Amino acid sequence: MSSVDIIFPTGLSYSFFISNLGAKKDFFMNTRLLLIGNEAIARGLVENGCAMALSYPGTPASEILPAVAKWRNELNLCMHVRWALNEKIAFETAYAGSIAGLRTAVSMKQVGLNVASDPFMSAAYMGVKGGFIVISADDPGPHSSQTEQDSRMMAMFAKVPVLDPCNAEQARDFIALAYELSEAYEVPVMLRPTTRICHGGQDIELREIKAPLRSAVLKRDPARWAATPKFRYALHKSLNEKLSAIAAHAPTRPRLLNPGIKTSRAIVASGVAFAHAVEIAADSGIIENAAVWQVIQPFPLHTDFMENLLAEYTDILVIEESAPVIEMQLAAGHMVKGRMNGHIPQAGELLPEIIEDAMKRFCGLSSKPRPQVPATGGKRPCLCAGCSHRASFFAIKKTFPDAIYTSDIGCYTLGLNLGAIDTVLCMGASISQASGFYQAFKLGGTQKDIVATIGDSTFFHSGAAALMDAVVQDSRFILVVLDNSTTAMTGNQPTPASGLDACGNAVPELSIEDIVKGCKVEFCRVGDPYDLPGFIDLLKEAHSHTKDMGVAVVIARYPCLVDKKSNGALHERIDMYVSDLCNGCGYCIKQFECPAIEHDAPSGKAVINAEACSGCAICAHVCPQGAIKKVGE
Amino acid sequence: MMSVPEKQQIVLSGLGGQGILFITRLLAEAAIYRGYRTLTSETHGMAQRGGVVVSHLKAGDFSSPLVRPGMADILILLHRDNLIQQGHYLRPGGDLIVNSPSSPGTIESFWMDADAAAREIHQKRSANLILAGFAVSVLKNNARPFFCGADDIRAILSRKLSGKNNLLASALAAFDFGVRYGERKTR
Ligand code: SF4
Ligand code: SF4
Repeated sequence: MSSVDIIFPTGLSYSFFISNLGAKKDFFMNTRLLLIGNEAIARGLVENGCAMALSYPGTPASEILPAVAKWRNELNLCMHVRWALNEKIAFETAYAGSIAGLRTAVSMKQVGLNVASDPFMSAAYMGVKGGFIVISADDPGPHSSQTEQDSRMMAMFAKVPVLDPCNAEQARDFIALAYELSEAYEVPVMLRPTTRICHGGQDIELREIKAPLRSAVLKRDPARWAATPKFRYALHKSLNEKLSAIAAHAPTRPRLLNPGIKTSRAIVASGVAFAHAVEIAADSGIIENAAVWQVIQPFPLHTDFMENLLAEYTDILVIEESAPVIEMQLAAGHMVKGRMNGHIPQAGELLPEIIEDAMKRFCGLSSKPRPQVPATGGKRPCLCAGCSHRASFFAIKKTFPDAIYTSDIGCYTLGLNLGAIDTVLCMGASISQASGFYQAFKLGGTQKDIVATIGDSTFFHSGAAALMDAVVQDSRFILVVLDNSTTAMTGNQPTPASGLDACGNAVPELSIEDIVKGCKVEFCRVGDPYDLPGFIDLLKEAHSHTKDMGVAVVIARYPCLVDKKSNGALHERIDMYVSDLCNGCGYCIKQFECPAIEHDAPSGKAVINAEACSGCAICAHVCPQGAIKKVGE
Repeated sequence: MMSVPEKQQIVLSGLGGQGILFITRLLAEAAIYRGYRTLTSETHGMAQRGGVVVSHLKAGDFSSPLVRPGMADILILLHRDNLIQQGHYLRPGGDLIVNSPSSPGTIESFWMDADAAAREIHQKRSANLILAGFAVSVLKNNARPFFCGADDIRAILSRKLSGKNNLLASALAAFDFGVRYGERKTR
């Protein structure tokens, strides 16, 4: 059985246009596999001879590397597939492979590119040998990020060409385009998917995996690979020349959905916004009164495309996420409608309904009223039942109710719900901010209690450097490393302390204690947050050390409960109940927020949902009445 | 042979940890198995920790991975509270499937207490599969029936969990519980 395609007057089926782009259409059962965009990107890498892939986990990019590792393992490919300490290191490692002539790739989320922006800018000047793809996944919305920043702006800033796929299959196909482009012009190429691409699934026909063929060769050329400022000027000029040539590169030229249409209106879209626009154009008939273009290379925009567009049409609507990258390059004021003049909203995700309204307004059609989308609400995310972070935060809050709490990026950011976090800036900032607050208050002659919390993976990512700095600045605060031996939020990737790489092979492991001691921190102790009273005592000891000595580090160590690979020992399960002593004050629900402790409306008291409870027994220490008890006690 | 819709748009929602992602992929693979071009959209990241999780599934000739408000043919809710936030996706005349201990009221729906059912079969994490089985069976004889039948889902489950016999047996048991419950309800 096959689905029935709508055939347009032009003889074009839109799903065919969008997903096949020249490939043959095939509806045989079971030959197509459901891949999410991240898996499709990974598939593109292994289908195109990528030899080195590196990454640091971050939503929405996290699933790319594990999928590469899966295919590498299945076919025993000769590939280096690793999680790096952070995005900068991932970038530099993969880039070195490219200088040695291999096809390589680095993947990260958009804010990860901020971390890697230093090598990114320079790599653009120096260029590449083997194809080098920088995959930077954006998160318009944002759904799971600190910002809605547009990586294409970073590409423009660095002068690197960028490809913007509209669905998972294109994301896979653009890997081949990107490698060809990268090798033809010796430049890094960015692939910019967004959340809807990364986490959008699609039936995709797999192509054959190609094992990497080349071996590494380094042709010495210090004038290029270690260029001094004088040579950088020459490199910059040659980069500009490459960009003008790329702005005429045929395979990445914009594509017209409805050729042959006679109209003065053009809709120019890229990324998933194009996928939305195609469907809306078909449903609403706009396909017969506006030319619908897909830009696949938003920077540099093709020179002839810009000229023809402005010559052929008088009214142009640009739909892209999240910054006006195409719009700015068109630079034709009154003719172009988009984000810069309020025709497209300037913040938030471009949901299909927003695009529908904009397209209809643009074409002079009226929109039907549609059901109102409720303001956001509903259940907020919270730490898992039995998560040791909850115990750590509760202990911190209880011991230092008036401290400044700096924190960081991970599951434990949800400590916000517990009132145990004042600041979250970016990866690693908990430690530098703690140091900064200490110094700021010291200027006024006061010493505030400051407690920084950071996860183990984030500590390795960029916390360790901040700790070194805090020590030499003689700052004083308590640093609690929430060590659950995994990168939990993004799906339990290993950390440098796990002793395993992305492919599951044994590698040397690092120890947080050794690093902390190496930073000349004198107070470094490991505690078990499940032993709440003992952990509170440890925090108090740490506090007396910071009073007049320096930074005190407490490592709160207990495995993440959802980490299937964890080999850490878990405590035995203890069943709990709420006794008659409960007076319904709600303290446990508000201050502790364990999803297994519920408010029982009829009695007004707390009850434990035995199915949700993990049996950690930490709540026994929480109730001011002592009403939460161990079964049998 | 039962008539099948040319295309179908489904929104699924629940709370992080309830297994919305699993049944989204299960249904998507069933759609591909039936020969549909298939698009999905999943929720990952922070919301997976107990927050609101929404998946979109479009089977047939579509290009956008998202369902627009008022256009879902079917809305499947693993938590009744999601109705407030996700109800607007349902098209007029569309079908609502809810996991709820009582009728969710305001709007006509097919509902069952999948959590109670999960307890009954001693598989506390299987409400998702029970509700999927329920949905497939109550929508079987609809004017616009579900895009696939229970056998398609069983086939996909067997493929997904091949080699894991215990898991497969419990998954099939949960799914079939939902199917039977649905058959009783529509009879
Ligand atoms: S996934 Fe792990 S670290 Fe994250 S909230 Fe759950 S138990 Fe805690
Ligand atoms: S023992 Fe208490 S704190 Fe731990 S999971 Fe159960 S209800 Fe929550």
